[in-house]
Amino acid sequence: MSQSPQHVHAATATPSGFFRRYVFSTDHKTIGLQYYFLALAAVTVGIVLSLLMRFHLAWPGAHLPFVSGGIMRPEQYLALMTMHGTIMVFFVLTTAPMGAFGNYFLPIQIGAPDMAFPRLNMLSFWFTLLAFACMLSAFAVPGGAPISGWTAYPPLSGMGSITGPGEGMGQTMWVVSIGIFCIASLFASINFITTTIEMRAPGMSLTRMPLTVWAWFVTAVMSLLSFGVLLAALVMLVLDRSAGTSFFTPAGLVVNGELQMGRSGGWPLLWEHLFWFFGHPEVYIAILPGMGVTSHVISNFSRKPVFGYRAMAATLCAIGFLGFLLWGHHMFVSGMNPYSSLAFSALTLSIGVPSAVKTFNWLGTMWGGRIHFDTPMLFSIGFVSFFVTGGLSGIFLAQPSLDNMLHSTYYVVAHFHLVMGVAAIFGIFSATYFWFPKMFGRMMNEPLGKMHFWLTFVGAYCIFMPMHFEGIYGGIRRYADLSGDTYLAALRPMHEFMTVAAFATAAAQLIFFYNFFRSLSRGTKAAENPWRATTLEWATASPPPVDNFGGTFPQVYRGPYEYSVPGAAEDFTPQHVRPEDVVMETGSHA
Amino acid sequence: MRGSAATALLIFIALIFFVGITVYLFAIHYFAPPPPITSVGVRIDHQYDLTLYVTGIAFILAQLGLGWAVFHYRDRGKPARFTRGNTALEIAWTVITATVFLGLGGLAARSWAETRLTNAKPGAIRVEVTEEQFTYYFRYPGRDGKFGRLDPSLVSAPTGNPLGLDPNDPAGRDDIVASTLTVPVNHPVELTIRSQDVIHNFFVRELRLQQDAVPGMTVPLHFTPDRIGRYYIVCTQLCGMDHNQMHSFLDVVSEADYQKFLRRAEAQ
Repeated sequence: MSQSPQHVHAATATPSGFFRRYVFSTDHKTIGLQYYFLALAAVTVGIVLSLLMRFHLAWPGAHLPFVSGGIMRPEQYLALMTMHGTIMVFFVLTTAPMGAFGNYFLPIQIGAPDMAFPRLNMLSFWFTLLAFACMLSAFAVPGGAPISGWTAYPPLSGMGSITGPGEGMGQTMWVVSIGIFCIASLFASINFITTTIEMRAPGMSLTRMPLTVWAWFVTAVMSLLSFGVLLAALVMLVLDRSAGTSFFTPAGLVVNGELQMGRSGGWPLLWEHLFWFFGHPEVYIAILPGMGVTSHVISNFSRKPVFGYRAMAATLCAIGFLGFLLWGHHMFVSGMNPYSSLAFSALTLSIGVPSAVKTFNWLGTMWGGRIHFDTPMLFSIGFVSFFVTGGLSGIFLAQPSLDNMLHSTYYVVAHFHLVMGVAAIFGIFSATYFWFPKMFGRMMNEPLGKMHFWLTFVGAYCIFMPMHFEGIYGGIRRYADLSGDTYLAALRPMHEFMTVAAFATAAAQLIFFYNFFRSLSRGTKAAENPWRATTLEWATASPPPVDNFGGTFPQVYRGPYEYSVPGAAEDFTPQHVRPEDVVMETGSHA
Repeated sequence: MRGSAATALLIFIALIFFVGITVYLFAIHYFAPPPPITSVGVRIDHQYDLTLYVTGIAFILAQLGLGWAVFHYRDRGKPARFTRGNTALEIAWTVITATVFLGLGGLAARSWAETRLTNAKPGAIRVEVTEEQFTYYFRYPGRDGKFGRLDPSLVSAPTGNPLGLDPNDPAGRDDIVASTLTVPVNHPVELTIRSQDVIHNFFVRELRLQQDAVPGMTVPLHFTPDRIGRYYIVCTQLCGMDHNQMHSFLDVVSEADYQKFLRRAEAQ
């Protein structure tokens, strides 16, 4: 695809002034870093919330910091849980892989000077930041943060404070925040899609795109099709809450002893369908970029082409497509037509196939390789391990008859934390260690990186593996206290173990923060291509100039993963090197 | 640090250790649920075991395969083996996983059909389950076998009418409302599950069954318990502040005790 002239001359001059350059910047790289730091702030909040919850579950009578009254009340627990889930899913797992790395590297990897719509890009970041501020303010409003979980099922979330504390102003702030986030994501997805289709460098055919680009592209298409549906559902929910409509509320409800007059005709399952039509693709929005990064990194550090490149691109598309057809597996026991469960079950099990193929191909890429164990590779190996563990428990949950006993238990908590939480975070860490030299011109510290990997790898398994047993035993999630008179009290020792593991794992993240911020100024200077990689982001300075390639524009001659090509003198052949300039083993040129 | 044998070995050992502990804990049935009290529950357990074996084998092969690849193919100074893939191999593993996964789904359909796609056996005891923040109510139709009419405007827990029974409907005069669920052993039971305010759930782990209670809907659920005992009913659907307090009991009793229960309830 050829570049149109207006694109070539866009944004080549460095903007002057601090605000234009670092705050209200239209440079995709600055915006990518803004998203990254937003995600770092959000993940810090999310981790603190989870530690408070974990401590309370293990030692319910303990006095806790940040908790008004000292000892946590049930509604405070549920508010922390709601905010933890919401912040992690939207402001970390959607923001970091897509907003941060997608923004920074998609244009560079396809050889473009910027995103197709730089101002829209800036707007989508500022909307995301506004949404985050709005979400945090829910803690401060009267009644506190909402208690209805990140899924916000009405009528609990749709009738105001009569259904519980936090369901007044706090829930409204939540709805408004997520609505703004949806708009930001729609802007971003349009930008990603247009950029990928329109702005690829000459020679960058679809089958020469790095798998990260494929992943971001499919993710953007999924965002475009799913966030719009969530936005519509949120508009209905906010109207139910404040304008007296009844999209999700039937007639004749008696809440807290009061008959609810003036509501009729609504259906709570409508929200569940709309929410999960968004919510399930969202799971893949969080994980697909991590799959792309893992393919990219494993190929580089194994010094081998990606095994089955076409299959890898095709499975990304297949997961993107199937991801829209299986939202009903969240609703097997919801009261929807039980026949439809069988269809949703078969479709859910089908998505296991492209997921398994990806795993085979990652192993195939390593097989026969010459593996280097730098920190990015360790996190990608960790990604594969967590993806396998978390993915296989999905085979249980995809069967409606087993969902009869596992739905809403800690088994589900284990499943989604391992696969969309930990695996996706390992993708983010891998990307961070891999691209840090490109983004900041310096290397991160290797021994600290390895220590961070080992503590997080072991710690995350210690936190989430026991939850499988707890769930099979019948341990219900979203319970503020397990020490009551039910059979759940027996689970306390396991919670103590998981809480200790959670604190240790969280402490290990301090190593990452230290390494990250120290390396910004004191890391050893990075060369242009420290990993001896093939793709276009390594064909420019570290960090890249404002127009990405310093006034020149790359021409692409080959696929993205030409490692250890027989006959070549080097074990990597970059995409932009002309065939006649490739040095062959004999010393002659091809 | 590149290609360090120590790191490669450590990853391999860590994965072997991880697989070993996981397999051991599943093998000793660590924190297994109590045995099921229905025949369909037994079938669900069999399906669970089958899925555990299949995914267990996949888990062991994938994690150890990962560990082996990492260890064996560490940088030992030899160039990597150049290959772009193997179409035959890729087709083979795609077909195998599709067959195994969809096959499991097909086998699981039977127990789902038994719980959800069939009607309760004729003569089943009918009980209406009404859930509200944070209580369960169980209504039996009484001797006439008919449930009386409900009117939400009459709901008043303080005056003893938590479900809003219409006093003018003769069918409702002998209805029994209880706070726990009592049923006779080896007798089919058909529940009709509803909610008065937000979404709740009815879950008994010994039944291996759960069902949401959705406002505006009545959802049927049937089972035949085969063991006398007292079992927890818990709410699994987040329903507000005291969600974790919301539970009741399923009492499976002998036929004689069931008749005693009915007579005592009628007398009240």
